Amino acid sequence: MNGSEISDPQIAAEDLVKRFGDFVAVDHVSFRVARGEIMGFLGPNGAGKSTIIRILCGLLRPSSGRARVAGIDVARDPEGVREHIGYMSQKFSLYRDLTVEENLRFFGGIYRVPHALLQKRIQFAIDMAGLADRANALVSTLAGGWQQRLALGCAILHQPPILFLDEPTSGVEPTSRRRFWDLIHTLAAEGVTVLVSTHYMDEAEYCDRAALINQGRIIAIDSPGALKNTPLGGEFLLLECEALGPTLAALQKGPGVIDASVFGNSIHVLVRNAEQSLTRLPPYLSEKGLPPRRLERIHPSLEDVFVHLVAADLAKRREAA
Amino acid sequence: MRLRRLKALALKEVLQIWRDPRSLVIALLLPFTQMFLFGYGINLDLKHIPICTFDREGSQQSQDLFKHFQASLYFAIVENVKTYQEMVTALDRGACSAGVVVQPDFSQRLNDTGTASVQAILDGTDDNTANIAWGYAAAVVSSYSNDVQVAALDRQGRTLQQIQPLSVQSRVWFNEDLVSRNFIVPGLVAVILALVGAQLTSLTIAREWERGTMELLVSTPVTSTEVMFGKLLPYLALGWLDAAFCLVMAALWFEVPFRGTLFALFLTTTLFLALVLSIGYLISVLIHSQVGASQIALVVTLLPAMLLSGYVFPIDQMPPVVQDLTYLMYARYYVTIVKALFLKGSGIPELLTPILFLVVYAIAVVALAARAFRKRLT
Repeated sequence: MNGSEISDPQIAAEDLVKRFGDFVAVDHVSFRVARGEIMGFLGPNGAGKSTIIRILCGLLRPSSGRARVAGIDVARDPEGVREHIGYMSQKFSLYRDLTVEENLRFFGGIYRVPHALLQKRIQFAIDMAGLADRANALVSTLAGGWQQRLALGCAILHQPPILFLDEPTSGVEPTSRRRFWDLIHTLAAEGVTVLVSTHYMDEAEYCDRAALINQGRIIAIDSPGALKNTPLGGEFLLLECEALGPTLAALQKGPGVIDASVFGNSIHVLVRNAEQSLTRLPPYLSEKGLPPRRLERIHPSLEDVFVHLVAADLAKRREAA
Repeated sequence: MRLRRLKALALKEVLQIWRDPRSLVIALLLPFTQMFLFGYGINLDLKHIPICTFDREGSQQSQDLFKHFQASLYFAIVENVKTYQEMVTALDRGACSAGVVVQPDFSQRLNDTGTASVQAILDGTDDNTANIAWGYAAAVVSSYSNDVQVAALDRQGRTLQQIQPLSVQSRVWFNEDLVSRNFIVPGLVAVILALVGAQLTSLTIAREWERGTMELLVSTPVTSTEVMFGKLLPYLALGWLDAAFCLVMAALWFEVPFRGTLFALFLTTTLFLALVLSIGYLISVLIHSQVGASQIALVVTLLPAMLLSGYVFPIDQMPPVVQDLTYLMYARYYVTIVKALFLKGSGIPELLTPILFLVVYAIAVVALAARAFRKRLT
């Protein structure tokens, strides 16, 4: 589901490649995003999410491949693209030595928001960010969540049809994150196309479609529901135990086990048949002196899917090479 | 270029300058301290050169000669020694820069043959001072010799004109009293503006890169010329303030006569400011770190402006290769202009050549800076 069936995409990448010297940051990436759609980019830091977004904003030139945003080729006419987009970079990039309102006024001037409209737009952005009583505060004095919402406000001040948000919720506390996603949904409902990256897997739920990105490649792209139901060749068990390391090692050779990996304080075990393993695994581990504290069947999270897709992708590429 | 964006950029820059004490310190304090330091520190007029005398005769005439030295503004007799050894020690200690020795047969030879010699011993470690001291000493001796001659002729009932039909009457123009400050201070204004101007703008682009604000700015439809002029205009205002400050200080505090027109001064100063600010901006575009940009701006402007602008060191005394190099040193044109405006009262027509050089230079730097600014990340 890379969106190739979308006939009038707002964002379209075809075989994008970006190399920095020998390092391949973006490795043959293709996808399309429809008008009003929220596309999520999921993946660990350094996966290449920001690089793809920067290419789409015309900030980096792709080594090969093509990208069109609002129907305009970003490599040929980056300035044309910039009229249609709003961008929130990963690193906070508003002026910290200016006040909330001064920042908004500045970007209003840069995007030439008509004077008659500007005051209304600024007021909207301030209300949206919940900064009504901090309008004259220096940005440097705002907490992280407020700064991020202000950055979003600056990005949408000129009502761009396409929004690129690079890790907008990074370092923001959960309640603020929730509120941020509500804002994104409101915008999308008004027809704004949103491409948003995050390294919080749970945030995929808020997207219409999500692309799992690792080492510059899109390893899966679909709706969050479909992604979670990706057939992984087995079922998932959650195991809690005393000694993570030895248990993990023992599990690799355990009966009916396909794979096992550590998730926080517990182990997620991929098995061929959950029913059988639930009865066979405890005695097997107890025999080795590693009795589990808890063992139960779980639905795979997106993170489970991601880990296994990454492993499968690596194996496939190793085979090909 | 859109006026709306230009205004937004300029206003933002003004707010940032206002809230950044560093740039205000550079803009306001630096010119002030530099004017004082260099305006007073560099003085090529030698007065009261310390000398010691060794009178081996002790006659009326030898004492008369030393009185001439004492009366001269250029010398101050700090010691009267009794032996050569004492004189050598005094020179070695640095107590004096020169020694004047009168031989035991001074007055006798003067009376018998009408001519006698005076010995001057100079500390050559500072050759400039030694040269000047030697020149002044010769002048003092020659004036004494004149007096002797006049007295001798007087006794014969004749006058000096009768035996000396030609004499040189020199008159100095433009800097009538040959006060070195009058020629240094106007040039100093040029050096300070070259230094401060480039420092001010050298930070602007680098600061946006360092703080991460550039990434957002380049994602907007703003053009590189809009960014450049939006940033240069507020600094031009600051530059005018600095220029006015330095020029007023030169005219009123250091009392350098100003004989040109304010219009010509305003026009040429604006042109020079536009150039130095653009040079700082160009450096800022090329170097993405504030410290790096500031240091390069310092190296690029300070030393060449000091050494190659003709502000203290005359360009026509330099080796030919270095003289050619000075054409690249943009400060030299403004040094020429300000000196001419202050001391000669020249007008625009007489200054057309250096003005033209400045115009060409400014256009080249602005064009280069506009091209060098890339709206891309690297």
